[in-house]
Formats: sequence, structure tokens, C-alpha cells
Amino acid sequence: MTSKPGTYPTAIDIAVSVRSGERTASEVLEDHLARIGSSDAEIHAFNHVMVDEARSTAEAVDSAVEAGENPGPLAGVPVALKDNMCTRAVPTTCSSRILEGWKPPYDATVVQRLGVAGAVVIGKTNMDEFAMGSSTENSAFGPTRNPRDTSRVPGGSSGGSAAAVAAGFVPISLGSDTGGSIRQPAALCGVVGVKPTYGAVSRLGLIAFASSLDQIGPFANTVADAAVLLEVIAGHDPGDSTSIDEPFAELSPHLDDGVVGTRIGLITEMMGEGIDADVAARTREAADALEAAGATVEEVSIPAVTYGLSAYYLVAPAEASSNLARYDGVRYGNRVEGNTTDEMMFATRTQGFGDEVKRRIMLGAYALSAGYYDAFYGKALKVRTLIRADFQVAYEKFDVLLSPTSPSTAFPFGDKTSDPMAMYLNDVCTIPTNLAGHPAISVPFGAGDDGLPIGVQVLAPPRGEQQMFTTAAVLESAAPGDAE
Amino acid sequence: MNDRPSESPDNTESPANDGGADQSRISADDVAKVANLSRLTLDADELELFTHQLADILDHARDIESLDLDGVEPMARPLPLVNVFRADEPGEPLDRAEVLAAAPSVENDQFRVPPSLGER
Amino acid sequence: MSDATGTTIDLEKWEIVVGLEVHAELSTRTKLFSSAINQFGGEPNTNIDPLTLGLPGSLPVLNEQAVELAIRVGLALNCTVQPNEFSRKNYFYPDLPKDYQISQFDRPIDDEGHLELPDGTVIGVERAHLEEDTGKSTHVGGGGRIHDAGHSTIDYNRAGVPLLEIVGKPDIRSADQAKAYVSELRSILMAVGASDGKMEEGSMRVDCNVSVRPRGTTELGTRCEVKNVNSLRSLGRAIEYEAVRQVDMISAGERVQQQTRHWNEDDGRTHKLRSKEEADDYRFFPEPDLVEVDPGEEWIERVRAALPVLPAARRHRLSEASGVDLAKTAIVVERGLDELCLAAIDAGADPVRTLTHAEHNLSDERSLDLDPGAFASLVTMETGGDLTATQAKQVLAEMVSSGGSPADIARAKGFEAMDNSELEGIVDDLIAGSPDEWQRFLEGDTKVMGFFVGQVMKATRGQADGKVVTKLLNSRR
Repeated sequence: MTSKPGTYPTAIDIAVSVRSGERTASEVLEDHLARIGSSDAEIHAFNHVMVDEARSTAEAVDSAVEAGENPGPLAGVPVALKDNMCTRAVPTTCSSRILEGWKPPYDATVVQRLGVAGAVVIGKTNMDEFAMGSSTENSAFGPTRNPRDTSRVPGGSSGGSAAAVAAGFVPISLGSDTGGSIRQPAALCGVVGVKPTYGAVSRLGLIAFASSLDQIGPFANTVADAAVLLEVIAGHDPGDSTSIDEPFAELSPHLDDGVVGTRIGLITEMMGEGIDADVAARTREAADALEAAGATVEEVSIPAVTYGLSAYYLVAPAEASSNLARYDGVRYGNRVEGNTTDEMMFATRTQGFGDEVKRRIMLGAYALSAGYYDAFYGKALKVRTLIRADFQVAYEKFDVLLSPTSPSTAFPFGDKTSDPMAMYLNDVCTIPTNLAGHPAISVPFGAGDDGLPIGVQVLAPPRGEQQMFTTAAVLESAAPGDAE
Repeated sequence: MNDRPSESPDNTESPANDGGADQSRISADDVAKVANLSRLTLDADELELFTHQLADILDHARDIESLDLDGVEPMARPLPLVNVFRADEPGEPLDRAEVLAAAPSVENDQFRVPPSLGER
Repeated sequence: MSDATGTTIDLEKWEIVVGLEVHAELSTRTKLFSSAINQFGGEPNTNIDPLTLGLPGSLPVLNEQAVELAIRVGLALNCTVQPNEFSRKNYFYPDLPKDYQISQFDRPIDDEGHLELPDGTVIGVERAHLEEDTGKSTHVGGGGRIHDAGHSTIDYNRAGVPLLEIVGKPDIRSADQAKAYVSELRSILMAVGASDGKMEEGSMRVDCNVSVRPRGTTELGTRCEVKNVNSLRSLGRAIEYEAVRQVDMISAGERVQQQTRHWNEDDGRTHKLRSKEEADDYRFFPEPDLVEVDPGEEWIERVRAALPVLPAARRHRLSEASGVDLAKTAIVVERGLDELCLAAIDAGADPVRTLTHAEHNLSDERSLDLDPGAFASLVTMETGGDLTATQAKQVLAEMVSSGGSPADIARAKGFEAMDNSELEGIVDDLIAGSPDEWQRFLEGDTKVMGFFVGQVMKATRGQADGKVVTKLLNSRR
């Protein structure tokens, strides 16, 4: 099966029609449930579809409209959530056996905000286990297929959320991005994906992979839809100590501002070795398109980004080794019994986690362990400082930066599963922004030689989302569309 | 698991045995130690495979070893935030019944675990 | 000294070196990083929220009041209050909900201070840092057979309660000194409102690092850390037992191994928990879910200005005002009677008598409500000879229990001061009636003085002032 973005109504269209009474939220929901019903057996975007909960939410939205109230900017818009965001009384698994069947007793902040905005949460999407992976093949419940070519991976780790949007199951969804887990699957599935500035979106209720890198962000078929969704979920949350205590940028009113005079830097280190030729070519075309729209584009070197992958694969596993310690079979989740507490914990974790999770937990424990901390984790934290500093220098000269999102288009299942390092290289262009805490967006821009979508990444300085979205909107309108 | 000959860690090549090996490469002993620290059990095959894979990843990370990082401040958190507090005011507790219903084993409104050996 | 088993060590040859780590639960309303209630006891698993249980997705937010209390304690212990941050201490244990503890590692809030014991000895404080408490496991006994080894149940009400760990320097040299340190620390914590100091409820828990060395040497011996010390009494016993054990080992030619040991109250011994080699690799790293804390001058100075006068300063103040030895002021300050005594002394009361009464006759809690003026009058009546020591004690007791002025109470009790002429008559009659005893007194047998004083007291039903009687007798020689 193949499908293209743009053939389904956007979130903004749906919200307008629901608010005006032209359509009911319930009708909208049933349309989407029908599409899920007919195609998700093949795509496997969802771990869990919340049919009953979604129907009652939609009814509540409809009652509000009937009562003359405004249900909010996402009135009646179906939204899918990556299965690492806590939803009260609804299974939240991180696609892991260890949490299979677990129902959180509380909602994540983003879930609460979606509710306030009138959105209809429709289900929980498949992912690489605990968000560790770049293909969604590490899900304990089986992989998600790329709607653009079902023989290929959707990318990861938020593969389910990307595929759900690409397949038209939902107009918008949320993923989480630790090293590229929103942007890379967005690129591979041909949709828009945003990793906001660290601290822009609350992490409360997001099941942690690497706390200093994780951010929740939107997927959408259009830049405008992504902007609305981000505006809804962003903003200060006193429940997250790392949340930015200032109003989030206005995005939607500035999408048509254009890029005349915008200074754009094309990152040299992300255009050479390791990047497929077609991907590099589309990225150059994207730069040309921006130039044609009035921006100035120059190449810029950000030397420290070449150390991003190394730093990332020490920092993220280190934090993960600690964040995933709590899955010990004592308080929640699945337990494998043992004669002592220790035996129970060993058995629970050994049987509950998949190989990639175990690999990263052990790598992280090693990087933090006595005698190795300075050489590995400590050094990686210093590299983060260098990366941030190099970006800072670049942002003195440029407003936004440009690069490919992923080095290649979607790859076939099993292509990289036996070689962790090959899989990790998928994230080489996306990782540096996570390490720096900066925002970035992936916008579809044409197709590769194989006809599969290619994404171009716009990077911005911290809290620079407004100009980032404006630039993305220009790219979107200039995009050549699919090769097919 | 049985379709390949099982190897004990003793049979695998260890850096100690082939003199010229890079001493700083992660060894099977190191992996066994971090597996234990992480409450994970590895069989002999897994130990060999994980040792090999972790060594590859750490080899890649060698590129940062050559960097001169003296005087560079470590960046543990992306934002330079200071003094984020909450007021000392009670909030709504979780519903105990809901929480205990999700627990693997419960007794007398407490979480039940097998006996622990030793104490901290 | 001797340990529970009766063996002793020669304190002329050996020196005990002790450093204490005290965990004090801070008196906040809520937990260190979440809004669940901080309360002792209660139905199991009721003071819970997502963070308390370490639920996936939960996040910590620091309780400002806990920081405030840590600053108070830091200043009270003469520490530098500094910019600080939290780290994660990683280890698996079922009563630790996240399987890591949020603690402070290389950047504690309070650095380098000291406290002064009542006898004037100064004990160094290395640091004090904030961390979260664990839940509580209860072992449910099995039948003793292997397949019936019992199990444990866990209550997380205590998990996340704020602790201040106060790490003392190894400056303590005896079990008694260790007890004095803990009790002084307890007074300070209570004085600044940081903790309720209830050792029996676990509000203060002590780990002791004990080593021994030949007296006269300066190098520290290998230490053992003793845990599960839950009272001042067991603190003393544990240290003495452990010191004897270590000296015995060294004397037998063995080496003391660095270990963590468990104090067993029942058998009066310490037992090995784990050796240094078995110690966990805690893999500390900066807690990414929290941000740095920088109390800043303004906050620190605001706290400093609001601090009460602390026990050591109160002892010095009282000692200076009264001329009484510093060490003897401790009990008065501990009872909170120093303000009363100072006011009474200010009102003209004799300082030594004032403190003597406070030490011996004012253990009743209601003594705190005594009117300083009335107390001063009482002391003056006594020193002026209007009341005997015994009478003064009785009047004071009445003042404490029922209030009233000392003059009224004395009158009501019939403690009319005898004038000296009446007393002189009694004394002269007595001398006349006891010629033999008087002769012995004149020859220098001072023991007979007691006989005469006793007889006078008998004749006056205790209302005579012993000092006046002595003076009269001497004047008759």
C-alpha cells in the first residue's frame, strides 16, 4: 500500500469545520477510526486504539459546540500519542514487555493540554522500545511499516506517530525526540516533524529515555498544523523543573512572513561523507529555493558536530541506565518471580527488556562506572559544551541553519538490525541539536532516487521556533512534491 | 539458542590472553560487571555478542579522546536555569487502590516482594 | 571501658576515632521533590504521588522550604552555604522507588563547619547535603525453612521525605563524646526548627565510622561503618563494642577490614553487612531533571538574621553572666531556662544560687513560665537569710506548680524568717545544756558543729538558716 500526504483534511480544517458546526467531532472521529480499521493491521502504527475514550471525548466536544462554547484550537481533531506519554487508565507501554498492560494513574501534561484544546486522543502509537532505535524495529510488539512503502521502516523511534500521520489515520500526532526520534521518521515517512527547544514542552508524564535530551514535539502533514499543535502543548509547566518559564513563541501568525533577508547557513559537516547523494542534492535544492525566496544562503562549518554521535552515545545511555532502573518488578509493570528480591529483579529485567535496551543500559552503566566516568561521560558532557558553543558562533552570523534530516531515505526491514553502529549513524544530522538543546524541524522536500520522501532540516537557536517555522513554511511551498 | 555450539566466557578470546590486544577495549569481564550492576543476566553467547557490540560503539567514541577538553565546562543540562522551586504545599495524593491494582503483588495495602538478602 | 561482653581496652594505649553521619528528617509539610505529605506513621501508601512511587514519567521539583531549612542548619553549624546541585546515586533496592536516590554528591549545600560540645570541645562538620529518604520494608517472617523464607512488604509513605545528611569529621574520641555530639546536633536542629529530633521515630538516624589507633599516633586506622544505631544508648554501646572488636583484632595480629557493619541491639554486637570490595558502584551523575541551586547572599543573610541564639552561644552567654563553669550551664540551656536565669540575675539574684535552682529544682516543664522577677525575689530571700535552702526549694516548687509571689507562699507556709535574737537564745540554751559537746567544740573538734546545727534545726523545725547558726556558734567560742 502507498499513500501520499495532503490527501486528507488538515487539523486546522477539521477544527474550523467542527467549531462552525459544519461537521461533528464524532463524524470526524469515525472517519479516522474507519481508516485505522481498514489499514492499521498492515501498518501497525498503533499499539492501542482508544475507541471508547475517543468517542466520549468527541461527544463532549460536540456538546460544547452545541452549547455555543468554543472547544479550543484543536476542536474535534483526532490526535495520536507516542506510547511513552502517560494516559490515565489507558495502557502505556513504551512498546516494552516490561510495561505491557500498565495503566498510568495520571495524565501527562501534554495530554491535559490536548484535552483543554478540544483534541480527541485516538490512540497510542508504536515505537522503538523505550524510544531506543531509528526504525521502530525494536518494538516488542512488532515493527511499524512505512505507509509510503510498506517493505521499509518508518524510521524511529516515533515510527508509529509518523506513520499514523502519513497514512491519514490522524492529521497530527505527538512523538518524542531524544536524538532525532521525531525528525528522522518524519523525513522517512514524508511528513513534518518538530523537535522544540529543550524546555519548551513539559516532560511531565513523558516516560524518560534521556532526560537532558528528551523533548515532545508534533508530527503533521503541514507546517501550519505542526505550528498549531506545538502552540497547544508548549509553555511553562511548574511540574517540570526544566520547563522554560516564559511564554512560548507565536508561530501561526508568522508562517507567511517569508524569508526575505533571512540569513541561512548550510552546515558543511552534514553535506559530505555518509550522506546519500540524492539526500544532499535535495538539501541543496532546498537551499536554492530559500535563496530564490529572498534569503541569503552560505555554507557554514560547525566543527564540533562531528563529535555529536560519540557524545550522544555516551550521554543518552548513561541517563537511560538510570532512568530505566525503576523497572524492577516491585511497584508496577510485569514481574518475573524469583526466590529473592534480587533474583526477581534480575529475571524481570532480563526477560522484560529487549536487546537494544539492554545494550544501552549496559553502555550507560559502563560510561558512568568508577574509573570510566571522566573518560566517557565526563568527556561527553564537555563535548556538549563545544557543540553548543560552535552553534552559538554560527548563530551570530545566521538566523537559521539547514541540513538533511536523515542521511538516507527509508531503508528495508532488517537492513541495520544486526549492526547497532550502522543504525546509530541514521541520527548523525539530528543528534547535535538535542545535545545543544536547540529546536529543529524536518520538512518533506522531494524524493530520493528510490522515489521515497526526503526531509530537510531547519535548525534554529534556542527559542528560535518562530523563524524556524517561517523558513519551514517557505520550504514547504517550494517543495517539488513526490517524484511519483 | 542450541543451534550453535555454546561457548563459555573462558573460551572466548580475552585481551589478557593475546598479549597484543588493546587493554582499554571493553572486556567480557567489564560487560559482566555492568550487566550485574544493571540487574541483567547474560548467557555466554549474549556476553560475547554484547561485548563485541559495546566495544564497537566505544571504539567509535574514541574520536573524542583526542580532543583537548581541558578547561571546558561540562554541560549536564541544556538550560542554564537556577533555583526552580515549588512551595511547600500538599497536593492531591494518588488513589491508593488504583496504584495497588497496577502492582505485581500486594499484601495489606503494601507492595509485596520476595525476601531481601541483607540490608543497606 | 568495656563492651557488652565485658572485655575492655586499655585507653592509655589505644585511642578511639569516631566520625558520625547523621540523617535528619526535615520538618517540611511535603516531600523533598513532590507535594505528597511528609508525615510519620499513617496508613501505608497513602502519602503517595507519581514521584513518590517512581512512576514512569514522574519528575521532581525541589521544595523551597527544605532548602530554607538546610540553609538554617548550615549557618547554625558554621558552614559555608554554597551553590549546589543534585546528583543521582544509582543502586537497586526495593524500598528505593526509582532505584536511584536523588542526593547531593560533589556539590553539597553546606560545606565545612563545626559545632561546639557543652564542654567546649569543637567537632568539625565536613558537609551537610539534601537527599530523599527511602520507603520502609517490613520483613514478614517465614517458617525458617528454605522454601518458606518469608517475604517483605513495602510502604512508600516515607519515600521522598527530605533528609539532611550531616557528615561529621573524625574528631570524636569517645563514645560519650559521640553521644554529646548527637545530642548537641539534635538541640541545634530543633532550635532552628529544622527537625523534630525524634530518634525513636527515625527523625534522626546515625551511622558511625569507628576506627582505633595506638595513642600518640596520628594516622587514621581502617574504619568500619556501623549502621542501625537508633538511640543515644545504642550509639554508645555500638562504638564501644566496635572499638573493642578492632583492638582485639589488631592485638591478635589481624588487620581490620574496611566494612559496613550492622548494630544488633539484642546481642549487643556489630555484624558484617558487606566489605569495601562488595560496595556498590553508585555511578553518581548530575540529576538532569533538576536545575542548580544558588541560595545567594540575600537569602542566606535573611536566614541568618532570623536564626535564634543557638545552644553554644546561650551557654557562653549564661556562663559569662553567672561566672559559672561553661560545662555546668549545659543542662540549664537544654531545659531552655537560660533566659529566665539571665533575667533573674539581671534583677539582682545571686548567679550561683540562680543556676543551682535551675539545675536541681526546675526540671518541671512549667518552670519555663516562671516570672523572672519572682524567681529573683526568691533567690534574694534565700541569700538574704529570709528562707533556708530547704524552704526556698519548697517555695519554688509551689511557684512553679501554682504561681504566686515567693513572699506570699513563704508566709502561707509559715516560713517566717526568725530574727537572730530568737535564734541566739536557742543557741545559748543549747550550749548551756550540752557542756561536754561544747568543750569538744572549743578544743577544735569541728565534727561537733553538725551536732549543734542539727539540734538548732530540730528546735526550730528546720526554719533556722544553717549558715546563720554556724556563724552564731563560731561567735560564741
